[in-house]
This record gives sequence, structure tokens and C-alpha cells, in this order.
Amino acid sequence: MVRRRTRVYPDDPSGPFPAPPATITDREGRPIEIRPLADGDREPLVDLYVRFDPVDRAQGIPPTGEERIRTWLEPILADGKNVVACHDGAVVGHATLVPDVEDPAAVDDPREVAWELAIFVLQAYQRAGIGTRLLEHLLGHAGEQGIDRVWLTVERWNAPAIALYERVGFEVCGAESFEQEMSIRLE
Amino acid sequence: MNVLLGIEGSDESVRALEATLERTLEADDELTVAVVEKSTAERSVAETRALATDRLETAGIDATVTTLEGDPGSALVDFAERESFDMVVIGGGTQSPMGKIRLGPITEFVLLNAPATVKLVR
Repeated sequence: MVRRRTRVYPDDPSGPFPAPPATITDREGRPIEIRPLADGDREPLVDLYVRFDPVDRAQGIPPTGEERIRTWLEPILADGKNVVACHDGAVVGHATLVPDVEDPAAVDDPREVAWELAIFVLQAYQRAGIGTRLLEHLLGHAGEQGIDRVWLTVERWNAPAIALYERVGFEVCGAESFEQEMSIRLE
Repeated sequence: MNVLLGIEGSDESVRALEATLERTLEADDELTVAVVEKSTAERSVAETRALATDRLETAGIDATVTTLEGDPGSALVDFAERESFDMVVIGGGTQSPMGKIRLGPITEFVLLNAPATVKLVR
């Protein structure tokens, strides 16, 4: 079942963050296009998760197997805010925000709800600075849409991810268990 | 096997109860049900206790149902230690809107501190 919790957000907002689209050069010298998800991106996105190495799964996502991947992506694509990183015609990174609410269709104002964040970068494109830029552009995209509260959970032994989230302004919140909860307030 | 099932008033606990009843009948285990209090749970201790008693009766299982006071994780672990259970069963694992599996602090405490094998019903 889905459990909703009350959550603490930082008093001070973070930002401003750059809004997509943008083309960046990663640390390997590759041109990477960062843009909101467009029509026609569904299949390349499925392909990203089919190619994703399960060793980097966290807390059960992304699922493995094309069928389960499609089922998992359905509400993310229908109700979420999505930004992708593309290289050579392929989607190589995906950052998403999903509304933390029972009935996403009933949300008129994105400020009414908190949004859960997740980000995945294909293994061959990790450690090249893409994740940070993708994350910043997702938050810029979110700000443009009027979203002001974003949260996430991260496995608490995943120090590099926690450091990345802290760099952009996320703060640790909530009780510690296997996962660490973090939140950010946007301008 | 001498099994301790720890439940609070959440839906995950009800699932754990159902799975354990089934297993108890199959394996002919000795079962004790301990009800602990979790303030954020959907059901109160009294409601949870009544539900457990009712399900046990329906299943035709003769089990002790007890209520443990205090911090839920530590109360369960203490009880398991005192009564030398072979296995502790708990429910746990909720899903975030994104589909991430989350294990709470009670689950973590019991997994790491119980003196016996812990079965986590998801």
C-alpha cells in the first residue's frame, strides 16, 4: 500500500534552477541534450530501463523485465513531470517527479501536493556530471510548473547520492531507517 | 516451530497475520501473537487484538494473543528473547508513490536486534 507521511521541509527555498531545454557537454566530452519528456520518448525511455544494470536498482526500482517496466512507468508518464537526458538519439538519463496524492487527476494546483523525486542515469553515462545537471534542470522545470515541495528517499549508505542531493539544496528530514528521507523547498 | 508474530494496526500487519495463519496450519507451528502499539497505524491496539482473535478462531488455531507495552520494536525483541521463540514474524514494506519499497524503523530494529530468525512478510 501507499503510505503518506507528514514531512518537514527546509524553511528557506533553494534555487533558482535552470529550466530545460539545454545542451551540456559532459565530462567525457559528449554533447547531452536535457529536455522535458516529449511525445515519442516513451519507447526510448522503456529502452533506457531495459538496458539499466539491475546492480544499480534502489528500493525495488526500476523493476526488471519490460512488462514490469511498462507498468511501473505508466503513472509516472501520466501524472509525473519528466525530464530526460539524451545522447545520440537515445535516452540515457531520466529524472521524474510524481505527485504524492491518492487521485492525481484531482490536483488543480501543483502547490497543493508534495512531489516525490527519482533520477536514473544509464551506467555508461554515470560519473560524467550528467546526474547533477539533470537534477538541476528537473527542479527548474518543477519551479516553472509551480511545484514548491519535493522529497525523496535514498538508501542511507548511498553517500554519493546523498552528497549530490545536499549540493542542490535537499536537507535530511524524517526518521532514519534503511532509507534516508530528504526534502527541498523551491522558490 | 515456536513462532512469535508481532503486529500493530497497519495493513502490512494484517497481511502478515494472514500469511502466518496459513503457514501455521501447514507447518503445525506453535503460534503466539503479540500486539504492539504504533501511533500512526490504521487500527488501535484493541481493534487489532479483536481482529487477530477473530481470524485465529475462524482458522481454528489455538494461539495466545498478548499485548506488549512500550516501544514496539524493543518490546517485541525483549519478548522474543524472554520466551525463546524460534522465529519472529513481522509485516513491513510500504510503497512510495514512485514505487519505492520502504522499510520503517520498527522493521529495521527487529531485523537487526531480534535473537532469532526474522521473517518479513511483504
